[in-house]
Amino acid sequence: MPSAVDIRNVSKSFGRGAYAVEVLKSVSVEIAHKEFFTLLGPSGCGKTTLLRLIAGFEAAQKGQILIDGVEMSSLPPFQRPVNTVFQSYSLFPHLTVAQNVAFGLEGTGASRSEVKRRVGEALEMVRMGDFECRKPSELSGGQQQRVALARALAPRPKVLLLDEPLSALDLKLRKQMQIELKQLQEEAGITFVFVTHDQEEALTLSDRVAVMHQGRILQLDDPRTIYEHPSHRFVADFIGDINFLEGRVDTRGVIALKCGAVLADSRAGATHGDISVAIRPERAKRVPTGQGNVDGTLIQSVYLGTGLLHQLRLPCGSVFLLREAAAEAAPLPAHGGTVGIELPAAAISVFAS
Amino acid sequence: MNLRRMPFTREIGWLVLAFLYLPVFILVLYSFNGNRTATVWTEFSVKWYARTFHNPSIQVAAWNSIILAITASFGSTVLALLAAMAARHFFKGRSAVEATLNAPLILPEIVIAVATLILVVSVGVELGLMSMIPAHVAFCIPFAYLPIRARIQGMDAGMEEAAMDLYCNRFSTFRRVTLPLLWPGVLAGFTLAFVTSLDLFLVSFFLAGPGSTTLPVYIYSAIKAGISPEINAISTIMLVVSIALVMVSFAFGRMRR
Repeated sequence: MPSAVDIRNVSKSFGRGAYAVEVLKSVSVEIAHKEFFTLLGPSGCGKTTLLRLIAGFEAAQKGQILIDGVEMSSLPPFQRPVNTVFQSYSLFPHLTVAQNVAFGLEGTGASRSEVKRRVGEALEMVRMGDFECRKPSELSGGQQQRVALARALAPRPKVLLLDEPLSALDLKLRKQMQIELKQLQEEAGITFVFVTHDQEEALTLSDRVAVMHQGRILQLDDPRTIYEHPSHRFVADFIGDINFLEGRVDTRGVIALKCGAVLADSRAGATHGDISVAIRPERAKRVPTGQGNVDGTLIQSVYLGTGLLHQLRLPCGSVFLLREAAAEAAPLPAHGGTVGIELPAAAISVFAS
Repeated sequence: MNLRRMPFTREIGWLVLAFLYLPVFILVLYSFNGNRTATVWTEFSVKWYARTFHNPSIQVAAWNSIILAITASFGSTVLALLAAMAARHFFKGRSAVEATLNAPLILPEIVIAVATLILVVSVGVELGLMSMIPAHVAFCIPFAYLPIRARIQGMDAGMEEAAMDLYCNRFSTFRRVTLPLLWPGVLAGFTLAFVTSLDLFLVSFFLAGPGSTTLPVYIYSAIKAGISPEINAISTIMLVVSIALVMVSFAFGRMRR
């Protein structure tokens, strides 16, 4: 069975001649059926352009895009079996909610009663059944968001494209919509291609995440692998909090860090020379002074509810973040006191620098 | 600087308003005057309106004016809409094209009228409605173009992408999304063009042939024989028609939103 979306060596530049900017550099990715697939990256990384290429709003200079095995490159947006949820929703202001949702169904050959039934279903799915006769301007941001979702889902596209659909909502509503979006995707059984710059959102929702940077996909993995085993320094830095410790590794895989710690890592031997070691704040462990890989001076301790976040000064001068569960935390020394830091071998990632 | 503190601001304001509207008010008032003399009020009467309606040359002139205004506003609105759609995306020479379209706004009307007359005569087209219609259309284009252009610039291009995403081809996108969203601008452009054409004097005066006199041209020639209350009546009717038209189109524009 062909993939839901198959992107092959797609390149795209904007502008001409000396002013051309290459926003996608030979990107290839296969997205499976019924997958919740996320394109994650900072603004300008090319994620929205890739989405617009799939929708057909832009044309690639090189490469192919196949949807369900069918080559799409020469087809205009209205002949592609995809629908889009736009960042600004783009609901038609002159039409009611029901007319907006019916928009993509009209002209598909569905009878009037069929259209009415499917509009009702789609609005029910996003719990907006009572708002059929309202105009978009009479709805709140969250409600508009739901209508935009219903409008894009009603024609039952093979792939649903979502361009930062939650970015305009406030935090609480965003969290709620994230859960609903995930449920909706599972219920509808449709492939979702989701674009976001919010790493937390990407990790929560996705089956797989493609982290993009400067027109390339740096890492393509499930959220857990992306978070725990980032393949690039950029990915490690972009996703969540992380500590970077500079140092050198020799051919036997022994790492000497500038802050004084010495670690052994069998995988690091291949990249001997200058390296940086990355470790998440919650993966480092606080141990009694002298018993860890390195000692740090306590600068500040913040209570986060779910845990404690300590800021520690390492001997080399850099700041190290360490998080631990509040309930299990051993008594803390006074500010300016020293604690031991253990860097478990399984928790570190090593990048050439 | 606070303008309200300036001396005589209020007085100057009232004077300007009086200067603008008092003559119009008096014209309307005297159209109901029973006396033949335009300056002496005697009694209320609508006889000048009755006479106006039964005057065959006024009937012909009114008919010509309406035909001209409808065709000119329709033609110029369609052309202006097409031009505004085309001018949405940048192309080399776009500002030159827009300047050319809007030329009637700044060129002296007398120059356009004389130039068009010379053109019509040298091409050999007969003077009359057939030469007046294209001249009116061309003259009215900027009045239709500017409101449509303003509306297009304020329109979210994402709307059309959304329509195309929902399986509309270019034509049905235009019909189902672009045109309805531009509608208030189109309506405003149409109304402005209509009122402009109704009021256009010099172009009509130069290009009118026998039997194709318009209302402004008729009034001009009638006034040479002296100001008659009949003229007050026609002018009042034109005033009411123009105001009514603008109000109707304003109401429609609000309704669509």
